[in-house]
Amino acid sequence: MSCWTRRGLLLALALGLALLVPMALSLGAAEKTRRSVGNGHGTGVTLRPDDSHGDGHGVNKTKKIFPVLTFDFAHVKIPFEISLWVLLASLMKLGFHLIPRLSSIVPESCLLIVVGLLVGGLMKLVGAAPPELQSDVFFLYLLPPIILDAGYFLPIRPFSENLGTILMFAVVGTLWNSFFIGGLLYAVCQIEGTDLKSIGLLPCFLFGSVISAVDPVAVLAVFEEIHINELLHILVFGESLLNDAVTVVLYHLFEEYSGLGMVTFLDVFLGVICFLVVSLGGVLVGAFYGLLAAFTSRFASHTRVIEPLFVFVYSYMSYLSAEVFHLSGIMALIACGAVMRPYVEANISHKSHTTTKYFLKMWSSVSETLIFIFLGVSTVAGLHSWNWTFVTVTIILCLVARVLGVMGLTFVINKFRIVKLTNKDQFIIAYGGLRGAIAFSLGYLLHPEEFPMRNMFLTTIITVVFFTVFVQGMTIRPLVDLLAVKKKQETKRSINEEIHTQFLDHLLTGIEDICGHYGHHHWKDKLNRFNKKYVKKCLIAGERSKEPQLIAFYHKMEMKQAIELVESGGGVKLPSAVPSTVSMQNIQPKKSNSERALPQISKSREEEIRKILRSNLQKTRQRLRSYNRHTLVGEPDEDGWNDLLLKRQKIMDMDKQISRMSNYLTVPAPPPESPTLSRSRLASDPQHYVPKPTLGNVPIIKVDLASPQSPEYVSVVDEFQKEAVPLKEEDEDAGGLTMKVPLGDPKKEEQEQQDGGKEQQRLMRCLSDPGPGGAEEEDEPFLP
Amino acid sequence: MGSSNSTLSKIPNLGRLIEETGFTPAHIKRLYKRFQALDKGNKGYLSPQDFGSVKELATNPIGDRIIGAFFSQGQETVDFHSFVRILAHFRPLDKNRAKRPDSPEPINSRISKLRFAFQLYDQDNDGKISRDELLQVLRTMLEMQVTEEQLESIADRTIQEADLDGDNAISFDEFRKVNADTFLRIPSPVTPSQITVWLIVL
Repeated sequence: MSCWTRRGLLLALALGLALLVPMALSLGAAEKTRRSVGNGHGTGVTLRPDDSHGDGHGVNKTKKIFPVLTFDFAHVKIPFEISLWVLLASLMKLGFHLIPRLSSIVPESCLLIVVGLLVGGLMKLVGAAPPELQSDVFFLYLLPPIILDAGYFLPIRPFSENLGTILMFAVVGTLWNSFFIGGLLYAVCQIEGTDLKSIGLLPCFLFGSVISAVDPVAVLAVFEEIHINELLHILVFGESLLNDAVTVVLYHLFEEYSGLGMVTFLDVFLGVICFLVVSLGGVLVGAFYGLLAAFTSRFASHTRVIEPLFVFVYSYMSYLSAEVFHLSGIMALIACGAVMRPYVEANISHKSHTTTKYFLKMWSSVSETLIFIFLGVSTVAGLHSWNWTFVTVTIILCLVARVLGVMGLTFVINKFRIVKLTNKDQFIIAYGGLRGAIAFSLGYLLHPEEFPMRNMFLTTIITVVFFTVFVQGMTIRPLVDLLAVKKKQETKRSINEEIHTQFLDHLLTGIEDICGHYGHHHWKDKLNRFNKKYVKKCLIAGERSKEPQLIAFYHKMEMKQAIELVESGGGVKLPSAVPSTVSMQNIQPKKSNSERALPQISKSREEEIRKILRSNLQKTRQRLRSYNRHTLVGEPDEDGWNDLLLKRQKIMDMDKQISRMSNYLTVPAPPPESPTLSRSRLASDPQHYVPKPTLGNVPIIKVDLASPQSPEYVSVVDEFQKEAVPLKEEDEDAGGLTMKVPLGDPKKEEQEQQDGGKEQQRLMRCLSDPGPGGAEEEDEPFLP
Repeated sequence: MGSSNSTLSKIPNLGRLIEETGFTPAHIKRLYKRFQALDKGNKGYLSPQDFGSVKELATNPIGDRIIGAFFSQGQETVDFHSFVRILAHFRPLDKNRAKRPDSPEPINSRISKLRFAFQLYDQDNDGKISRDELLQVLRTMLEMQVTEEQLESIADRTIQEADLDGDNAISFDEFRKVNADTFLRIPSPVTPSQITVWLIVL
């Protein structure tokens, strides 16, 4: 019952907020009217003395009571409204996922449009004018985050492998759609009986080009929920991204010449040139900014905090620069993200990478939500002129054109493809051609004077968008299940696949060379060599430039696994890649040993361990002194992974020796305190500031204290002073699983290792998303 | 077209070759021209030195393994038939091949492709990729840019992921299971699309 009340509360809050928006807006409007009337006698509304009132004001104002509490809404109106909208969008998103049944039937985009309709309706009731989706706001603020998110995380390999297909669909498909729809619409308009005679041929083509573009926002929103296989996803999505250039050119071409009523061949020829310029220019602009960003990030090692900013700002600049010249901003963004990603990721720290990822996802998610809500609101807000013929014919033509286009193109494309597109694939591609907000915004941009039928166009566009999003969006999921289309495989890329893919690349390049055939692999190989030799040296800082891709991949995997392992309870669960049969057998007897041995730890040893732990925490205390907002914790030197691996080897050897000992004792370590607790404890207990005696033969690495660190993440530094234990956990060798360091020995080394390991846990937690403080770590962090 | 006919007539057992490998006569003609170009001295067969004249193979990390794959056990020469037969491994899959249980596995099937790649890893032909063989492959691919320990960690990790029967080596079945999809999407290096240009290196 409690979950229902929680949901109810949340929904009530959301609805309340939804009511708040129109009220706020109406208040703003009322405020304006009141001020113009000239209510100047401080009954709660403070005015500036330069009111157009004559001389009742100014120096010799009539004395009024000092206003204790004033209400000045106009001052913060715009940011307030924006924040309210964003809050509404986010609460809606939250709300939908609390109602599981609804979100599994209806895609989120539909629900958001409905919410927009409701809010718009409410606002109209209240009397405030609901805002329409301004094209400026859409194109400059709402669209870029989504495209950047898509471009930065674009899977390059499938994209480049299917580039030919994608381009065919994007360019030829969109052209076909536009002309087919435009032409037939014109024919229909000319038929007697409809009162659409006034619509010329060119406006029809213009309308056709606007309505025929597949929309990336809508595609993303719907396809993300159905988890379709990678090939189809990249085909439809890539098409939606790349058809922007075509749309831009067609739109401008027809818009320019609609007034004149005719287009000559010269114009068409220029249009083709324009298309090439627009698309290639956009890509070049994006690539240029991407390289700039990569180059800048190379020097960012001392100011890690602003690293994510470079990614965002450079990308946004590339979008804006492309828009200045009317080039394709979307392609610029995609190119920028795709170009900068490998270099920036090699340069920036792990935390910056996580930050970038989360910010991108956050912004794109909010943008998407806002777009759909505004679509709903604009529907209520706009002036509509409904024309049954036009609307129905458009919808039918859109569907027919899409199906014919996909089928025709696939027939041609399949002659060149290795993996042919089946009928099922074709159906999904055709069905997934959703229209969205871009079409609406483009229609909105039309001048009412030049296009008297603009309102009808807008109405039709909205209807088509609604149709595709609601009908096609809702039914695509059951259809995918019905047709048993292959779903996305959830398996993570294993190192085997990585090695084998690289091996295959070399193999196929070699075969191509033997055949004397300068094909796909030859050029890819050449590009890679060029990249390695020249580009990487420029753009990647320090030694990372020489790091082969395989090693980088391996490190990433290891780190991910280590984090997972620690988060999942510190070694109790095994990483999934480990074949369970081998490892589980080795673990079970050890575990049972430890449980029996638990109470046997002697008091003195326990005390020793506590002292060691405390003094380690003391070390952290020393670093707390100078906390600088502008630097993050000194990251573990990411080039020091080599040393880490070396140490791991040593630990493994040591472990092998330990495992031969019969008596395993686990040390129930005192529950590791969160840094705040430890700080407070140490603060109250000054006598623990005893410098720790150096322990036996544990190699201690002096870490430079120059970089001040934030309290939370201090343990990072400590971790590298001790042997890094848990990292070894995932590196189960064939040599049997000596899982965790069983502290069976009075040897101080193990104790060192264990608390080193605990610090390690804290390290790992820091590296991953900062979860709740470390207080809930188990007593038995390692599998004995 | 007269010259093409005469070229084709020079190739012995053309019909059997076409049937075994599935190449079209046009493809075989191109491959024969390439064979002749590589065959310095017109011996009628290829030796390892002829392969060495292909410049790019020298910079390829597994170039010598590829060359070695053309020469079956103990042989020093490759005639045209074997040449084409090896290259046939890289033809695209024939999707609509009827499955006749008694016919031999066609050369360009998925299994044959995987087996070919497997043999490149498994140099001593014992049917398994041992840790050492894997280390060797990694060493050549990573071209001496990493330390020995890193290589060993990677090799251990790789075997651990793929090894199902615990013998610390990767057998062909394990190899097949773990690499099931990587082979499928690749554009074929052997049959060019109509637009690509053949450049014969002289």
